[in-house]
Amino acid sequence: MILRVQSEPFDLGAETDTFAKAQSGMGAVVTFTGIVRDLPGAGLDRMEIEHYPGMTEKALEKIASEAMQRWDLGDVLIIHRYGVLRPDDRIMMVATSSRHRADAFAAADFLMDYLKSRAPFWKKEFTSSGAEWVASKDTDEAALDRW
Amino acid sequence: MDVLYFAWVRERIGIPRETLDTSARTVAELVEELRGREDRYAAAFADLSALRVAVDQDLTDFDASLEGVREVAFFPPMTGG
Repeated sequence: MILRVQSEPFDLGAETDTFAKAQSGMGAVVTFTGIVRDLPGAGLDRMEIEHYPGMTEKALEKIASEAMQRWDLGDVLIIHRYGVLRPDDRIMMVATSSRHRADAFAAADFLMDYLKSRAPFWKKEFTSSGAEWVASKDTDEAALDRW
Repeated sequence: MDVLYFAWVRERIGIPRETLDTSARTVAELVEELRGREDRYAAAFADLSALRVAVDQDLTDFDASLEGVREVAFFPPMTGG
């Protein structure tokens, strides 16, 4: 498992390539990337992501291990950024590998649902009309029931 | 015991962390103690349904025991991904 929490940007292509090349006997690699969306109306100037150093690493480890246990995976990669991000910046990515695609797809979906509401990150959006913490959605919590 | 605050809880209380000497046996007792300290704490802990708590970096409930605990953190629901 490769788990990274960092403020600096990451190269999606290079990360995916490195991850895919490190696999052996895997027929599938699935990746998901989260990107900062602009806001309609006020327009997003920036997003600030805060996290809980220590607990974040622990939570990522727990979530990735759970995925490895549930599905037949080669490996899992999670990169999540914190700090100041602008519209169109990449916030995070996950990659999973498996012998057949179903496991890699399901595991990536699972990782995203858990990262949303079980990894200690908090987003604050800054627009021309002020700053606001992004509220969690009931649907995010409900999504965990799928698993 | 170290008590940490994140996101709007940190902003409302005005500090990211503090070290407390407490006799609280559970998280709920600690919350009661903090609420009684100053208005800014009472404001931050006004609605517990809007808060989450981690004890020694594991997500838990407000009735969790504080025995042997070194670190407690309060924060709003997480918004990762």
